[in-house]
Amino acid sequence: MAEQRVVVVGGGLAGLAATMKLTELGTPVDLVSLTPVKRSHSVCAQGGINSCNDQTRQLGDSEWKHFDDTVYGGDFLQNQPPVKEMAYWGPKIIDLMDRLGVTFNRTQEGFLDRRRFGGTLYKRTAFAGATTGQQLLYALDEQVRRREAEGMVRKFEFWDFLSPITDASGRCVGIVAQDMVSMQIRSFPADAVIVASGGCGLLYGRSTMSVFCNGSAASRCMQAGAKYGNPEFIQVHPTAIPGADKLRLMSESARGEGGRVWVPRKAQDSRPPKSIPESERYYFLEERYPKYGNLVPRDIATREIFNICVNEGLSVEAGRMCVYLDLTHIQRTELDRKLGGILDIYEKFQGVDPRDVPMKIFPAVHYSMGGLWVGYSKSGDGGLVAGHPQNQMTNLPGLYAIGECDYQYHGANRLGANSLLSCIFSGLFVAPCVRTWIQNQSKSAHELPASIMQNAINAQEIRHKELLGSTGGENPYLIHQELGDALTRAATVVRNNQQLESAYEKVSELQQRAKACSLSDSGSWTNQNVIFTKALQDMFPIAKSILRGAQLRDECRGAHFKPDFSMPSLSEEEPAARRAEAERWCDRFEENNRRFLKSTIATVSDEEPQISYEDVDTSLIPPRPRLYGLVGAEVIEQVWKERVTSPQTTA
Amino acid sequence: MSSPTHAEPVVHARPHKINVRILRQDGPGQPSYWERHQVDYEENMNIISVLQRIASQAMTVEGKKVTPVAWDCGCLEEVCGACTMVINGRVRQSCSALVDRLLKEHATEIELRPMSKFPVIRDLMVDRKRMFETLKRVEAWVPVDGYDDMGPGPKLSRAQQEENYPLSECMTCGCCVEACPQYTKIEVHRRPGETDDQYDQRKRETYAQGFVGAAAISQAVLFNSHPTGANIANERMAVLTGTGGVQDCGNAQNCVAVCPKKIPLTRSIARAGRAATLYALKRIFDH
Ligand SMILES: Cc1cc2nc3c(=O)[nH]c(=O)nc-3n(C[C@H](O)[C@H](O)[C@H](O)COP(=O)(O)OP(=O)(O)OC[C@H]3O[C@@H](n4cnc5c(N)ncnc54)[C@H](O)[C@@H]3O)c2cc1C
Ligand code: SF4
Ligand code: SF4
Ligand code: FES
Repeated sequence: MAEQRVVVVGGGLAGLAATMKLTELGTPVDLVSLTPVKRSHSVCAQGGINSCNDQTRQLGDSEWKHFDDTVYGGDFLQNQPPVKEMAYWGPKIIDLMDRLGVTFNRTQEGFLDRRRFGGTLYKRTAFAGATTGQQLLYALDEQVRRREAEGMVRKFEFWDFLSPITDASGRCVGIVAQDMVSMQIRSFPADAVIVASGGCGLLYGRSTMSVFCNGSAASRCMQAGAKYGNPEFIQVHPTAIPGADKLRLMSESARGEGGRVWVPRKAQDSRPPKSIPESERYYFLEERYPKYGNLVPRDIATREIFNICVNEGLSVEAGRMCVYLDLTHIQRTELDRKLGGILDIYEKFQGVDPRDVPMKIFPAVHYSMGGLWVGYSKSGDGGLVAGHPQNQMTNLPGLYAIGECDYQYHGANRLGANSLLSCIFSGLFVAPCVRTWIQNQSKSAHELPASIMQNAINAQEIRHKELLGSTGGENPYLIHQELGDALTRAATVVRNNQQLESAYEKVSELQQRAKACSLSDSGSWTNQNVIFTKALQDMFPIAKSILRGAQLRDECRGAHFKPDFSMPSLSEEEPAARRAEAERWCDRFEENNRRFLKSTIATVSDEEPQISYEDVDTSLIPPRPRLYGLVGAEVIEQVWKERVTSPQTTA
Repeated sequence: MSSPTHAEPVVHARPHKINVRILRQDGPGQPSYWERHQVDYEENMNIISVLQRIASQAMTVEGKKVTPVAWDCGCLEEVCGACTMVINGRVRQSCSALVDRLLKEHATEIELRPMSKFPVIRDLMVDRKRMFETLKRVEAWVPVDGYDDMGPGPKLSRAQQEENYPLSECMTCGCCVEACPQYTKIEVHRRPGETDDQYDQRKRETYAQGFVGAAAISQAVLFNSHPTGANIANERMAVLTGTGGVQDCGNAQNCVAVCPKKIPLTRSIARAGRAATLYALKRIFDH
């Protein structure tokens, strides 16, 4: 057989991990990326990466507990075998990154230092200053550069992936991509293709993500027939710095160190914040959640901040939604020591020193739990079969997906510092699986008839030429803004069916208008205008799947919050009545799980998303209710425990 | 960076419009020309949002329809290094260049130019491949045996980590080499009939004749100080003492003044210089 090659689309943590491992195993890689891979979005991650470790073990932690926290945090919406495998790989991955030279923070004695993140009791998170993602990405980038120098990797940076190529049997045998400098469109024959294209925050206009995170690659796979899982699960971070171009993350640690969230009681009070007396300030988190105050969990903080601005009209500014996050009551020296790095970011981009003036913040779209559907092969111990070709493979044979663009690991909600882990894990783990797949093929992709490649190129050239000549008069940048506004309004923090329906109509209309763009550049050299317009047009399949998926899911689960379908607190006072109420609560919980503890599967045909559902493998850890903040939680928990330990009572 | 000690109002008089003068170039080898644009002022704008408005308008201040200005950006928070350009005469990231601050320095106009030490691809977009090639030449990586599970890496002291961490923040943005008098532009034009591979090869060879620059020297120092990285320290020193090596540095210290990550580049250069001397002596005695 002729030489076999693999194409990897995307060089963030996931794509680089896969490339590095594949080349070690002897398979050469063509690495295609919108940007020099060293500049991929993964550089933005600040907080850290999770794994069970020697310190937490002493306190009773284990890989199993990390697995449990992850599925509980994800509201049980993920297939458990891949999550289990990932948790068990955690310590090995940290060791590997340590060997590759990542400058992790150290303890006095020279061990890796750890910090605590949300959703767990253990200090699992390894970190490198305030730039963990950057440091991890660089370590992988360096190894891939080493393999490039050895001739095992060819990089195609500033190239836009346009479509997978399939042969008559439906097997993926390469990709078509476009050079964003010369605008040349060409094919890359490949015996397998791995898509590692990251998240899709740009659909929302502005988010905490990089400009490359436009979802185009995943959408193009979807349009070629790939299934997309759980589109409606989008994580919104409570505290970001609103900016004209981007919403920059303000770390949770600001509240951890005593930051207080408030708004003036008088709507849009125009006085400078420091001159507003205490009595005229509304510390709404502290008042509503006296026990947890400003440190309520992420989703609750997000909802409350959203609510106070949108429904109660108390945003600090009239034209823009934001609340104060106030650190000015804390001593400067204290702030510098504990929060210096993140406060500098605020100062750098807002031109205001948050040590003197309260910060203005608002929630922002941050992460997509959903993504391309991928399969797995379950092993006897409940993990994955190493090297099995089905692991991470989409429903298009030979097309794989890893990293943030797959739907596999985080269910309905991702825990902080778990994403860097899932990206590196899926990248390393997929490599031997892809090797098995390509070794089982009887013919190399390079031996296929040239017409397969040529047809795929032709289709993309037609699309390109049509766009350049299009004169419909629409401006792609303005349509993008409208799309972002529509999605942000309907499909972020709080969702209701009416709004979702009207957003869907709006987005359908925008989709038609996006076909009638007039480009201000019709040239054939570094035409960013046409590249952007293609990405915009390809945002619609995912945008519509998000809206439809959200509309059809009449429940609350993780990041998907629909108040019309939330589970109520208990109201009965008398013990027996309360107990009976808890029984009914648990009945309803079980009934709801029977209906909705299912992965949403979206495919697209004729521009419309088709939604179906798939069972979730919860065979290792049975689902249990998340009872945070509910009145009567103890009674419900008691009832639930009894049901789980003696299942016959529910039969 | 000046850090105000007390609250200062961000803008004094809010302008309605922002004037921007941009040095454009349609492609490699083409002449460059100035073009003037105007966008509406908004609060908290940075140069990226100004460029986004300009792309969306695609019209000069004189009302002439033009192609959108091309530029490069990614993270929009000064960690990816993509968006470097020369703004009001100073090389820096456009995402962290705030309009209010720029207008305070120079009220009437903002001037944008591409970096001058790299070939222009189009407008404000330049080709920085030479920097990535140089990272290859200095073997800026830890030469591990492989990627299997072999236990943790070498134990490092906190002091060592604190010394290495700043060096490892280099985002290959190019500010340091733009400001360096010793780093001169190398542009390799494609010859008719040359294949991609031949062209790339010729570029690599030509780049290898030029000065490696502060960023690469600092990376070599970083990996030479890692316990496993040090195993190929001599190979790195061979590059740093060869053509375009550390001896080309004139010690002008411009680099350290413009590095957005405040990487102690002159310290790295001094360390590399000392190591180069030792390496050269050792080679004399070994032969
Ligand atoms: C501000 C911020 C902070 C975060 N902090 C943390 C944290 O502390 N811990 C944690 O675990 N997670 C964190 N996350 C999440 C985490 O950073 C991401 O989920 C992760 O980095 C994604 O990596 P990836 O490899 O999947 O994709 P990316 O790093 O996004 O890379 C995608 C790659 O695909 C390429 N690509 C995309 N489309 C195309 C196309 N059409 N053609 C060609 N190439 C294409 C891009 O060029 C890029 O190389 C954070 C996220 C944000 C936004
Ligand atoms: S110190 Fe050396 S590397 Fe830095 S600017 Fe001067 S000549 Fe260039
Ligand atoms: S050393 Fe500093 S200025 Fe030079 S490339 Fe790195 S980050 Fe940029
Ligand atoms: S866009 Fe990444 S540094 Fe400016």
